[in-house]
Amino acid sequence: MIQVRDTPLPEAGKAVGIQTIGMTMRFGSFTALDNVSINVPAGTFHALLGENGAGKSTLVKCIMGFYHQTSGSLSVDGREVVVQSPKDAATYGLGMVYQHFTLVPSLTGAENLVINRAHVPAVINWAKERRELATFMEKMPFQIPLDRPVQELAAGEKQKLEIIKQLYLGRSFIVLDEPTSVLTPAEADEMLGLVRGMTERGELTVLMISHKFHEVTKFADAVTVLRRGKMAGSGLVSELSTKDMAAMMIGDVKLPELDTRLPVAADARPILMVNGIKAPDRTGLKSIDIGNLTVHAGEIVGIAGISGNGQKELAEVLAGQRPPEAGSISIKGTRYGATRQESRINNVRFIPEEPLSNACAPKMTVTENLAFRTFDVKPAGGNAVWLDMKRMRQRAASLISDFKVKTASHSSPIAALSGGNVQRAVLARELTGDVDLLIVSNPCFGLDFSAVAEIRARIMKARNAGTAVLLLSEDLDELLEMSDRIMVMSEGKLVYETPAISADISVIGAHMAGHH
Amino acid sequence: MTIQANLSSEPVLSTRNPSAVLEWLARQAEPVVISLGAILAGLALFSIFIVLVGKSPIDLFKLMYTGGFGSWFSIQNSLSRAAPLLLTGLCVALPARLGLVIIGGEGAVVLGGVAAAAAALPLIGVLPPAIVLVIMAVAGMIMGGIWIGLAGLLRHYRGVNETISSLLLAYIAIALMNHVIEGVLRDPASLNKPSTTPLPADYMLGNIPGMDVNWGLAIGVVACIVSWIIIETTSVGFAARIAGGNVRAAQIQGLPVGQLIVGFTALAGTFAGLAGMVEVAAVQGSANASLAAGYGYTGILVAFLARHNPLAIIPVAILLGGIDASGGLIQRRLGLPDATVLVLQGTLFIVILFCETLYGRFKMFNPDLWKRSA
Repeated sequence: MIQVRDTPLPEAGKAVGIQTIGMTMRFGSFTALDNVSINVPAGTFHALLGENGAGKSTLVKCIMGFYHQTSGSLSVDGREVVVQSPKDAATYGLGMVYQHFTLVPSLTGAENLVINRAHVPAVINWAKERRELATFMEKMPFQIPLDRPVQELAAGEKQKLEIIKQLYLGRSFIVLDEPTSVLTPAEADEMLGLVRGMTERGELTVLMISHKFHEVTKFADAVTVLRRGKMAGSGLVSELSTKDMAAMMIGDVKLPELDTRLPVAADARPILMVNGIKAPDRTGLKSIDIGNLTVHAGEIVGIAGISGNGQKELAEVLAGQRPPEAGSISIKGTRYGATRQESRINNVRFIPEEPLSNACAPKMTVTENLAFRTFDVKPAGGNAVWLDMKRMRQRAASLISDFKVKTASHSSPIAALSGGNVQRAVLARELTGDVDLLIVSNPCFGLDFSAVAEIRARIMKARNAGTAVLLLSEDLDELLEMSDRIMVMSEGKLVYETPAISADISVIGAHMAGHH
Repeated sequence: MTIQANLSSEPVLSTRNPSAVLEWLARQAEPVVISLGAILAGLALFSIFIVLVGKSPIDLFKLMYTGGFGSWFSIQNSLSRAAPLLLTGLCVALPARLGLVIIGGEGAVVLGGVAAAAAALPLIGVLPPAIVLVIMAVAGMIMGGIWIGLAGLLRHYRGVNETISSLLLAYIAIALMNHVIEGVLRDPASLNKPSTTPLPADYMLGNIPGMDVNWGLAIGVVACIVSWIIIETTSVGFAARIAGGNVRAAQIQGLPVGQLIVGFTALAGTFAGLAGMVEVAAVQGSANASLAAGYGYTGILVAFLARHNPLAIIPVAILLGGIDASGGLIQRRLGLPDATVLVLQGTLFIVILFCETLYGRFKMFNPDLWKRSA
């Protein structure tokens, strides 16, 4: 390995600029990144926009040395450098904050910082380290309790600690990969504001991967948009409208539009009624406690909340995956225990989050996965003892074409499909036939624009046709767009309810953060 | 509300389409080629071992072929040894389709044999042999079903790992067997090898006409075929495959996962229990310590080599029966201990497990990759 050290090593606390020139990355015959040149001057806040699979992650992984680009080069402060590994990137002061936390939950903030250093002494002199940390923290724009185990910190604090960790390690350029996906709107604004302040003072350069336009317009100086591995456009945020950026991201694709929302009938029939459900959460330490939740026919009830406040557990109780300790669930007035018979009689369908791991058998074929609802009933009704493979194939073929599922073949394992297509296949299975109650959880997480628009349109269509929809989502924009009523879940309880039309984001955010 | 998929207008995928046939062939060929490759790699590794102990692997493989399949005599010997492996292989393969790793088939074999022997005792001379044999088979199957079904129950209702519990249950089974054959069921005439009272010759399960192989082989083959039909062509089998493919998806579909787990483990146990009954009724004539001959454990190897496909168990069991049958010849001619074949079995098992990681990596077997790069 040739390592040319012609670049003066960066000083901590002084921003460096980076530039990629003609960055290209091929995996076999697939070009993930095609001749992308971006310029991020020192002390700027640069946003990287693009749909899933547009090449954003590939680009930053090339910068950080996780991938070795097929061609193209990287410059730090105007000098070309060779980054062979994340370690090399660290030498030049380049660091990255991942979408999901990389802190050790059982250790304190201080311990997390010290063990992440490149050279940790075999015996750590904690008294000395703590003195040095205290001096270091004085220079930081925000304060974090370093003596508490990380698992006790709120999500916003953890994210700040991740950033502090990068600064402690002496990084002068950091990549933030969708940094706000686990934060409340208020936490997100605070955190990004502080980071923005550091760039303005020239202490840091930031490249932020995001798909939230409002964050980009509010905090970034400039933006680069990628589409299918190519540079689709770039410019100063002040000169671009959200519309321009969206057009760059998706190209000339016409997105399906939501059906006009039909008003909920005043006498709409209650379909789902949940009463006093109590169940332990996945840690077993806390529990969820749902007093009263009713969803009427032709209505979408959205459940907002930060990840980990019991929404998953609620969905699991409704799906029969988690037996409740108390309370009752009734559908159309009769008690519901989530058996196959009951869900068939009442036409209850589920679209769980991460459909590949929650709603599909990954190694079974697309055809088989599409048959999960129907394999054991005869066309005329009644239980089928034998599988009817011919009917299964015919049905799969028509669902695949109706729902535009892109698959190499009907007998491909469903795991071979892209995320959007897995979700389309699950929608095809769950939304075909009569649906009286639909329980949906984060349906659009990690999907690209066109898949998201299509999925939302399908759900809205079902609602307008009279389906009762319970939508659990961590995406507030999605909830505001889709729901008729929004409820906020915090620490296992439903703490706030508002009609979506008059909803105030800051009030919802406060309840999400636990201020009731 | 109704959103109706349109079920008639679209052209249906036709298997007559040449590229579809090619795709189908490629998908089918993958497990065959990888398994054969794994066996060859295992034999190559085993050759290194043989060279290290100073013998010629070529001589050894020749002898193994002669001992296993070289003559009508050795073929019959191999088939006899394969018979119990068909049933104990199913005992591992069926739960595996539900995502459970059951390794305690030995316990069901042992207790199935004891139950069969015990059921026969009061009936000898009272009922005709054919009926007694049926009763013995039913007794063995019920006992085996209960034993492995217990591991399924513990798994579903108490969250106990089924691999550990089935193994521990096997030790308990062997202890129980020793307890009864040295106690209440002991034939006073069995002096240095405690056994139950032997079946009279006319109550034994005979040989398949024209062969020196007992009916256990036919029973095993039928059991494999029936299991394949259940798994591949019935809706219960499909439900089991969903639960095995992803238990969360099965729960969301409202499938009775608990019943499937208990049902399939119990069914698996009935096959192993039947193997024990055959061992008593066709080979030993009584229940004794020879029931714990390791068939249950070799069944694990059979099922994994067959990738838990009941039909593939048939050739794999015969192959392993052949390897086992050649042990004696290897011992006599090469002066190697007959445990040498166990080294081969172990080597094959490890290589097979390693080769699981190869699935989906070869472009020629993966039609999904053909189109992407085109």
